[in-house]
Amino acid sequence: MKLGKQKVSRRSFLAGSVGTGVVMGLGTVLPGCSRETAVEQVAATGGSKSFSPAVWFEVSNEGDIVVNITKAEMGQHVGTALARIVADELGADWDRVSLAHVDSDPKWGYMVTGGSWSVVTSFAMLSQAGAAGRMILIDAAAALMDVDASELTAENSTVSGGGKSMSFAEIVSNGDVSRSFTDEELAAMPIKAPADRKLIGESTRALDVPEKSRGEAVYGLDTELPGMVYAHPIMAPTRYGSTVTSIDDSAAKDIAGYQQTITIDDPSGFVQGMALVIADSFPAAMKASDAVKVDWDAGKTANVSEADIQAEGQRLVDDKTNGTLFVNEGDVSSAMDAAADTMASTYRTSTALHFTLEPQNALVEFKDGKCHVHAGNQWQSLIIPVLAQSLEMEESDIVLHTYYLGGGFGRRLFGDQMIPAAHAARQLGKPVKLIMQRDEDSMFDCVRSASVAKLDAAFDADGNLTAIEHAAAAGWPTLAMAPGFLGDGVDGNGKFDGFSINGSDHWYSIPNQRVRAINNKLAQDSFLPGWWRAVGPGWIAWGVESFMDEIAAKMGKDPIEFRLSLLDGEGRNAGATPMQTGGANRLAAVLADVRDRSGWGRSLPDGEALGVAVSHGQERAMPTWTACVAHVAVDGAKVKVKKIWQTIDCGTAVHPEGAMAQVEGATLWGVSIALHEGTSFENGHVKVRNLDAYTPLRMADVPELDLKLMESSEHPMGLGEPPLIAVAPAIGNAVFAATGKRVRDLPIRLS
Amino acid sequence: MIEFKLNGQSVQSDSPEDTPLLWVIRDELKLKGTKFGCGIAQCGACTVHLEGTALRSCKTPLSAVAGLNVTTIEGLDSPQGDALKKAWVDEQVPQCGYCQSGQIMTAENLLRQNPNPTDEEITEYMTGNLCRCMSYVRIHKAIKAAAGGGEVSS
Repeated sequence: MKLGKQKVSRRSFLAGSVGTGVVMGLGTVLPGCSRETAVEQVAATGGSKSFSPAVWFEVSNEGDIVVNITKAEMGQHVGTALARIVADELGADWDRVSLAHVDSDPKWGYMVTGGSWSVVTSFAMLSQAGAAGRMILIDAAAALMDVDASELTAENSTVSGGGKSMSFAEIVSNGDVSRSFTDEELAAMPIKAPADRKLIGESTRALDVPEKSRGEAVYGLDTELPGMVYAHPIMAPTRYGSTVTSIDDSAAKDIAGYQQTITIDDPSGFVQGMALVIADSFPAAMKASDAVKVDWDAGKTANVSEADIQAEGQRLVDDKTNGTLFVNEGDVSSAMDAAADTMASTYRTSTALHFTLEPQNALVEFKDGKCHVHAGNQWQSLIIPVLAQSLEMEESDIVLHTYYLGGGFGRRLFGDQMIPAAHAARQLGKPVKLIMQRDEDSMFDCVRSASVAKLDAAFDADGNLTAIEHAAAAGWPTLAMAPGFLGDGVDGNGKFDGFSINGSDHWYSIPNQRVRAINNKLAQDSFLPGWWRAVGPGWIAWGVESFMDEIAAKMGKDPIEFRLSLLDGEGRNAGATPMQTGGANRLAAVLADVRDRSGWGRSLPDGEALGVAVSHGQERAMPTWTACVAHVAVDGAKVKVKKIWQTIDCGTAVHPEGAMAQVEGATLWGVSIALHEGTSFENGHVKVRNLDAYTPLRMADVPELDLKLMESSEHPMGLGEPPLIAVAPAIGNAVFAATGKRVRDLPIRLS
Repeated sequence: MIEFKLNGQSVQSDSPEDTPLLWVIRDELKLKGTKFGCGIAQCGACTVHLEGTALRSCKTPLSAVAGLNVTTIEGLDSPQGDALKKAWVDEQVPQCGYCQSGQIMTAENLLRQNPNPTDEEITEYMTGNLCRCMSYVRIHKAIKAAAGGGEVSS
């Protein structure tokens, strides 16, 4: 794995006449602010050191503006948001803007769509790109109109001033638009003050919605090539270590369209023991898959169960010598030794499926020495090296063609379904379209790992909270798929997966804190752990925010007032500008807002109560501040969520309707993972695989929602995942408030 | 050889009689707007109309549609269908969009049977259609808007 050593591109911003228009592009690295700050912040949280979304846009001599989108469109309307950033600075007429979702190419730089990073990490760079384009157009117009550039402004695709005006189309057609900028010039590019923005933060419709409302959007599953055959997998008894010993397809021979059953040899190791049924049509492949008998030497995890994984997690968190230090503030050991009182709780979460509604699929063709893959994907720069290793080809000979994703949620951060499709296509010498039915999709899923977290608190003789120790054990997705992105322990010892521990580095001012991130090796050996929407914080907060509630209850304090008393914005919780401006004070502000809007403290009927939780989004370095109140009604073992309030501060919301859509969807994901979703391992695979038993939230389960984005002109932060995080603990805490029963396992099941 | 009408056009298929209609529509007749989700008629992504009535094409054998009229999202041109497609845009319903053909095909049946459904009736009718992005709030709102003659709130 070479990801951690990825070379950083330092191309300059370029503008030059190409064909009939001016093409502008740049390849600077840049999450957010300055390169140095961004790299430091990202490194500190275990993230990428090198996401480098090179972005290009084009203004034609007819004034059409095409913004190339290197991010995957999976429901977040990311292209609309990113193009609005460019168009605002450029001074473009939005009606002339269109999107081009691009195929993989090294010229785009590092390609990943996840982590709620897209807007956060693209904002400064796209703003600079748009501003540079504006400067080029204004300077060219100044020469054409013989007006000093300082008198000119660009708005609505027209440059005007000094009593004259000229359209972008005229400028590109007639002007000198050859120009390049250095990194330094780009960084110094004058960016509009928030008050001067015309598009960012304003209402607009997403550009991908019309075709998705007519059945015309093209997803990976919809692609075809001449001469292709279909492949359907027969899954091995385990994810790893199983080998096919015999294949008997005699019963399949009579099935019309059945061709053969093959195995593959995958040097990357991600696909082991899979058989592929090849047929003329997908119905024939499905039918034949039921008829073909495959025998395996089963891998050693063939009998692993959810209980085994959780028992190993429990063993790991109980031993305080385990794990990598992720947070180490003050002196927890001394505080624990000096404690007048202590408390401890253990929180667990079950295995959960991504269940993207579009099942995993890939169409692969080898042509002119290149491997062409047609499939939706979130992390092209991760899977291309894996495919290169698996196929023993050069990375430059692998091309990923881009389509809409029928759901991402982290599942399509890894394109491992491309591996068997590619091997089959090469073996057979023809294009192969592999499609997984739902059972196979679930068995091949990189699930959200089951987890166990143990939290210990210490109190002094006056009952004040003095220390918290937190240990969390799970399968680590980053270790399995992108080990170059593991972080280093704060004491220099060991590695951690930030995507399995972020969120434990919360913004409460507690003098002594220690967090240990622990890899559950049994989980790691038994399945491929995945990045599941909201990743680490999505389950870490279940422990943190439930435990904060337990501490408040023990201290006899109101759960909101207790939290507010710890959100003082002092010291490390003051936050650094621009990404964390305001620090914990902004978290306190959303919490106070949701307290007031929810009528916190009012009396409710027996069996009903409000519960609260907060989060800072995906990473401490790029906080989205969320506070959630849940109103539940408990009747026996039945928990009904009546209403959810959330107040969220994501800084500037670039595309407000799209932002709210993400808040709505992610909030309901929070309800779903709290009450409706969960599977378990049994005999080496997930037991519950389809909708007859895996039951994500449906329309009838939707509670009343009262969701609010705080007005803000601060740096934009991510929003695809953060609104999920606080929902489950808010529901759990409401169940406690309603019943006195503390729930510590997800999904919540009352007996 | 089985013949039926797809969006008003006569079509035929040589596939075995037990072939799921979904794959005949998608792979033989090349209309890709109808989607494959769960394969067990539980998600609704594959919803089409048979003689105007919504059904799950992933579990419907080809033989069941012989001589009958099948309508997919591409051919949905009823007043209710048009109002729904417009409301889907006005209310900015789709996220990933994968389930939305099936949602619209189901909602069209609701509005033809019940032109002014209550909130509860919408929820009850639509709860069989999974939206994994959980765009349910906007689906509900758009159906309400389409029922009101296409007027929308924003």
